[in-house]
Amino acid sequence: MSVAAAPARLLPDTRARPSLWREAARRFRRHRLAMVGTVILAGMVVAVLAGPLVYRVPIDEIDFRAKLQGPSRAHPLGTDDLGQDVLARMLYGGRISLAVGVAAMLISITIGTSIGAIAGQAGGAVDHTLMRITDLFLSLPQLPLLLLIVYLFRDSLKRVLGPEAGIFVMIVVVIAGLRWMPVARLVRAQFLSLREKEFVEAARSLGARSFRQVTLHILPNALGPVIVAGSLDVAAAIIAESSLSFLGLGFPPDIPTWGRILYDAKDNLDFAPHWAIFPGTAIFLTVLSINYIGDGLRDALDPRKVLGHK
Amino acid sequence: MDEQALRGLLNDVKAGRLSRRAFVQTMVGLGLTAPLAGQMLASAGLAHAQSRSAFTPTKRGGGGMVKVLWWQAPTLLNPHFATGTKDQDGSRIFYEPLAGYDPEGNIVPVLAAEVPSVQNGMVSRDGTSVTWRLKKNVAWHDGKPFTADDIVFNWEFVMDPGTAATTQGQYRDIKTIDKVDAHTVKITFKQPMPFWAAAFCGPTGQIIPKHLFEAFKGGKSREAPANLKPIGTGPYKFVDFKPGDMVRAELNPNYHVANRPFFDQLELKGGGDAASAARAVIQTGEYDFAWNMQVADDILKRLEQGGRGKVDIAVAGNIEHIQFNQTDPWTEVDGERSSVKTKHPFLLDPAVRQAMNLLVDRASIHEQIYGRLGQSTANFLNAPERVRSKNMKWEFSIDKANQILDSAGWKRGGDGIRAKDGKKLKMVYQTSINPERQKTQQIVKQAAGRAGIDIELKSVTASVFFASDPANPDTYPHFYTDIQMYTTTMTQPDPQRFMDQFTSWEISSKDNKWQGRNITRWRSDEYDRTWKAAESEMDAVKRAAHFIKMNDLVIQNMVVVPVLWRMVVSAVSQRLKSTDVSGWDSNLWNLAYWHREA
Amino acid sequence: MSKYVLRRIVIAVPVMFGISLVLFTILALAPGDPFGELASNPNVPREIAQQLREKFGLDDPLPIRYARWLTAMVQGDWGFSFVSRIDVDTLILQRLPTSLFVLGSAQLLGLLIALPIGTYSALRPYSFFDQIATTLAFIGFSLPTFFTGLVFILIFSLWLDWLPFIYRADLSSTGWRWLWEQARQSIMPVAVLGLFQGATLTRFVRSAVLDVIRLDFVNTARAKGLSEGTTVTKHVIRNALIPVVTLVALQIPAIFTGAVITEQIFRVPGIGSLLISSILSNDTPVIMAITFVFSCLVVLFNLVADIVYGWLDPRISYR
Repeated sequence: MSVAAAPARLLPDTRARPSLWREAARRFRRHRLAMVGTVILAGMVVAVLAGPLVYRVPIDEIDFRAKLQGPSRAHPLGTDDLGQDVLARMLYGGRISLAVGVAAMLISITIGTSIGAIAGQAGGAVDHTLMRITDLFLSLPQLPLLLLIVYLFRDSLKRVLGPEAGIFVMIVVVIAGLRWMPVARLVRAQFLSLREKEFVEAARSLGARSFRQVTLHILPNALGPVIVAGSLDVAAAIIAESSLSFLGLGFPPDIPTWGRILYDAKDNLDFAPHWAIFPGTAIFLTVLSINYIGDGLRDALDPRKVLGHK
Repeated sequence: MDEQALRGLLNDVKAGRLSRRAFVQTMVGLGLTAPLAGQMLASAGLAHAQSRSAFTPTKRGGGGMVKVLWWQAPTLLNPHFATGTKDQDGSRIFYEPLAGYDPEGNIVPVLAAEVPSVQNGMVSRDGTSVTWRLKKNVAWHDGKPFTADDIVFNWEFVMDPGTAATTQGQYRDIKTIDKVDAHTVKITFKQPMPFWAAAFCGPTGQIIPKHLFEAFKGGKSREAPANLKPIGTGPYKFVDFKPGDMVRAELNPNYHVANRPFFDQLELKGGGDAASAARAVIQTGEYDFAWNMQVADDILKRLEQGGRGKVDIAVAGNIEHIQFNQTDPWTEVDGERSSVKTKHPFLLDPAVRQAMNLLVDRASIHEQIYGRLGQSTANFLNAPERVRSKNMKWEFSIDKANQILDSAGWKRGGDGIRAKDGKKLKMVYQTSINPERQKTQQIVKQAAGRAGIDIELKSVTASVFFASDPANPDTYPHFYTDIQMYTTTMTQPDPQRFMDQFTSWEISSKDNKWQGRNITRWRSDEYDRTWKAAESEMDAVKRAAHFIKMNDLVIQNMVVVPVLWRMVVSAVSQRLKSTDVSGWDSNLWNLAYWHREA
Repeated sequence: MSKYVLRRIVIAVPVMFGISLVLFTILALAPGDPFGELASNPNVPREIAQQLREKFGLDDPLPIRYARWLTAMVQGDWGFSFVSRIDVDTLILQRLPTSLFVLGSAQLLGLLIALPIGTYSALRPYSFFDQIATTLAFIGFSLPTFFTGLVFILIFSLWLDWLPFIYRADLSSTGWRWLWEQARQSIMPVAVLGLFQGATLTRFVRSAVLDVIRLDFVNTARAKGLSEGTTVTKHVIRNALIPVVTLVALQIPAIFTGAVITEQIFRVPGIGSLLISSILSNDTPVIMAITFVFSCLVVLFNLVADIVYGWLDPRISYR
């Protein structure tokens, strides 16, 4: 963008207007941390998908002579209290952890943003009803509800989708279903205040219909808290899945999701910290990368930047 | 071992050729309990001479505060409403029974003046009555005297259906209780009772005061103020109680044993988990005693290196075992799965059960997971490792299992899983959520996989697995899987009730809302007969022979696979003495004699 | 605005009705029962569990049980615990002070951390300070509280031996000594919880302040010659507080139900541990009472949040 000091001209700008999305993509690529985040996340996804094919150490080979050993050549990330290889378990369980974390997050922020946007934009009775429904969901005691849902739906889901997919769907629905409410409240609050801001008024006075107002003007500006909530939700979803497994409601206890490994490792923290450090770091990196990606997305989609302000 | 041989051993003890201890060990090796062995000795006139601790204080109190950790805290303090050992233990601080059971299972008098027996005439020869003489000069915490009226009242209180007392089982065989005088009662039973100590002994035998509960019998029992502010005869008096959190007590200056108790105050704290409780006692010394250390032994050993506390192991009758389902859990008949109208597709083949028996690596499970918290065993009615029963033994051999399955016609398919006549050896194996259990499951699964058996693991949250809800398919009495594993606890020293879980009238089914105690749905006329015979057999030696036979029937028919004989494990601070934790009674049974070394 | 508030309060009553009905139904249908432990005890005859179920009316049809609960609640009788056999309100009131103290302090700590750090981070985005703060925040909330709690115990109780790790609600000392002991035993649970909430709140504050800073009126304020400090406090923070208020309003009811895991680890006898043990032992009256109070608080504080929005940003109106 190095332009020599040009004389002030009043000729129209004839540069070809790049499309909105390409412009957004370009801005995203320029956001350094977003790229770092993308690389980390992509790296982890590749590792958990392809890793087990390359690193063939079995996840459940019990070897008591190798109990609780630190990282070594035979076991790059060490072993747990049954002598099982931590790296293999993390690669295997990572698929589930990442999938559950990201899926639950996407669902909860989609539901939350939609409900919050509709409530905030429409106001009146619609707002009221939606918010009372939100209050209801907030009041629900999570554990009895989980027990009930599992009890009612586990077998039918297993029949329809198969055992693993069935549990996966159930866990994701359950976790997402109980985490969308704060997002809805946050988005609605953003809408209430943004609705009255000048640039929206301007759009309104130019005749923009509600939907256009929402998608083009308000929503992008309301995304701030949504992005933060998104990255928080991933961590929370991964941990929630391990709590469910701890209660017998999620995946069977021998499936080594990251949260589960962390939970199994907790009593041996002083003796074998490696067992906990690795899954903890994995969760941390996931959350970090998603957050930076989110930051980049927000910058990329900021309408003022895309439309040529500043 | 038959009756003749048993009598021979008893004679050896009498003649001094065999020590009491060795006799008890031999009996235990045959699958009997120590208390039963004790009864046999008593019936031969070899009653145990009691000796309490060597510590002889010269005054009451002066020991300061003792702090104990029950990571499942008591939620109520009335022993007749107790739903678990935690409540019994909380009550035992304040209340006492007529007698308790020491770690070897001997009966030790507490509120009784002495132990009744046939020798001293207090137990009738035909076993239909027992006479207790009460200690004199025992007073309740509010000063009123303890008398025979309290004993009679406790029986009436418990038997009143409106009270819904959980201790009913111990008292319902009583026909009448006669008050002979202010300090003597005679209990008459409906039929001969070999185990006459069921009533008024141990944690279910704690006695509550008549004068405070009289007005609150039956339906009004929940309103009694003494439910929340117990007045008992025990070594400590009530100070404060927060259900689920904490109990506080202070020394009883009028306790009926001279110069006891040692401590001035007691605090019981609840909550948290076993591992952190172990740390608080063994590592930091913040607390003096912790209950029920269900923690991996590796961790306990590491903590003990600090030298501030140690682990105390007490023998009990609890047996962790794997059950084989005799019926088919995958077919529904009249709205019921695992119905007695069905048969299991492959578990009824003895070769399969034998193979599974050989595939449970008890040695590894014992050494690597439970450590000192249990012992490997081949018997259902327990055995220590050194004294093995001559008939029963266990073995771990994947090769043998493979051979047996091969010769029985179970051929490996393309996926490595054995099959015969179109039936695959695929099983679902369930248990409750518990780290040690999950590890055991994984060990069994791995070994079974090497023998061509495919096992899917399932674990259920404990409050659901152990529930009695008829509508919930995940409870253990429903047994809607092929095999399952849990511990059957032996809550009293006599095996009669413990062994009723293989009798045919206890079969768990939809008709009795899955409240029956025979979970495997196994039937054997011979077992039924032997059990009934033991129920009314007054001769302790004959009775022991019956129990040995019952144990052998169960093991020979491979109805269950005993995995581990589990001990009662507590954490004790180095300086706390005379806790003498007994697996047959409450952890606090000896509380009056606890003391601290300087 | 006052008409709006009035309308909301009036409608709150039937809303609470509806919520309580849904809660009750869920609890009634969920599997598990309070007397399960009896069934596995060989010495308890099976009739006992049945007798107890009848005594407490557990087998009556659902509408009757709900009606019974509702009439009792309206008269101030919160029910009777199956497990502890005492009145539910006694149980709750015993634990309320501890809950309020430990959790309230944690919330406060979280706010005290989040507001200054989040704001400063946003004013200097991607600076060294921001990077460190962000990383610490991420570590803070990607690790579950059971983990951080244990790490704290390991460091401060076991290795350094500075702090006790078992919370005792009934300290027997008085005066200054009591204060000192109470502080020592509270630091860790309050810190674990406060840091976790502070971490999440910091992210929201930072994001909210960043959003506001880019808006034009801030430029106006700066152009007007206002100092950075005034700009920030008078203009930026007020507007950035809206998402913060939303979150705080959502978190305050949670003070009542507590943080189950932290309470478990440190053995803090708060309402959270009461709730989880009641759930696990299916002690329905207690669960019902706690969740009902919780839902009242949720409805109340969301209303308060809505009112506060109006005060923070006068342009917000409720049609």
